[in-house]
Amino acid sequence: MKLRLLRHTVIALGILAAGVVHAAEIGQIKIVKGQVSIERAGQTLAATPGLRLQAADVVKTGADGSVGITMTDNSLLSAGPKSVLSLDQYAFDTTTYQGKFDSTLKQGTLAVVSGKIAKQSPESMTVRTPATILGVRGTEFVVSADPPAGR
Amino acid sequence: MRALFTAALALLLAACAQPGPASRDTIVLLPEQNGRHTAVIVNSGGQQVTLDHPYAGARSGGPVQAYESSAADVQGIFGAALAAQPARPRSFQLYFIEGSDTFTDETRRTVEQIFGEIARRPAPEIAVVGHTDRVGSDQSNDALSLKRAEFVRGELIKRGLAPDGIQASGRGEREPIVPTADGVSEPRNRRVEIIVR
Repeated sequence: MKLRLLRHTVIALGILAAGVVHAAEIGQIKIVKGQVSIERAGQTLAATPGLRLQAADVVKTGADGSVGITMTDNSLLSAGPKSVLSLDQYAFDTTTYQGKFDSTLKQGTLAVVSGKIAKQSPESMTVRTPATILGVRGTEFVVSADPPAGR
Repeated sequence: MRALFTAALALLLAACAQPGPASRDTIVLLPEQNGRHTAVIVNSGGQQVTLDHPYAGARSGGPVQAYESSAADVQGIFGAALAAQPARPRSFQLYFIEGSDTFTDETRRTVEQIFGEIARRPAPEIAVVGHTDRVGSDQSNDALSLKRAEFVRGELIKRGLAPDGIQASGRGEREPIVPTADGVSEPRNRRVEIIVR
């Protein structure tokens, strides 16, 4: 009986762990050109197509770099050279499509196609720069932060 | 009264013509592929501008200033970012016999198309989303939609897809293709949507 309880506990923990892993993935790197890296919990990872992203990841592109990302709600984000994009907060309920998606373009250029989170609840997706807050009402747009001088 | 109006207009025009502080950010709304009415609301320095038509632009960093952008302007600033944009997710519908998890004949052909789409994409992912019609309770439809999605996920894995690249979920009766009253049997709503991205 005790053994059985233990076994159930182990199974329950296994399911819980699988759930956590599942919840942690918020999107994937799909396109990498030139130098692109991910900063996660103080570590730097090389970005490759298929790399799974987590909330709080920071995506950085070099002078020759660009990157394309898909989120689990079908949002598309792509950044040009010398960009720093922080995926601050992300939650997506696959049954109700309720969620929250906040990101910050600290510098560089970003193209956005919003996904199911913004479509379900218009207030639930924001993109920031250090100076500006963008409310996304289900749409496609581009944003630059601190563009290089001379333009 | 009229003089006051003219003076106010002159002031307004002067304010518009004045160059603002050095702009740091540029935001431009792009045309929608499906013509939906959409917008971006730009907030900076306590001011707000709503971009609500294609190529409506704003410069901010200080007070927000609206401007009219263009395809060429966007390409000049954002060409590299747009060139790295992943392919749009593509959605397929698979239909079911009422109350069951059995495929119709038509769905077998759709499965072939799905595999074609997967082969065309770098690092493809698949979301399998079950839907029901409005026969039965919300709870039972949530369960049935998830069961359908898991059945399809299993079929795709049997046909060679990697299990960790496929997520199954159920939307219940929340997203009908054909809106109906509660309790109505509608075959077009009994489906599993497969999103390839």
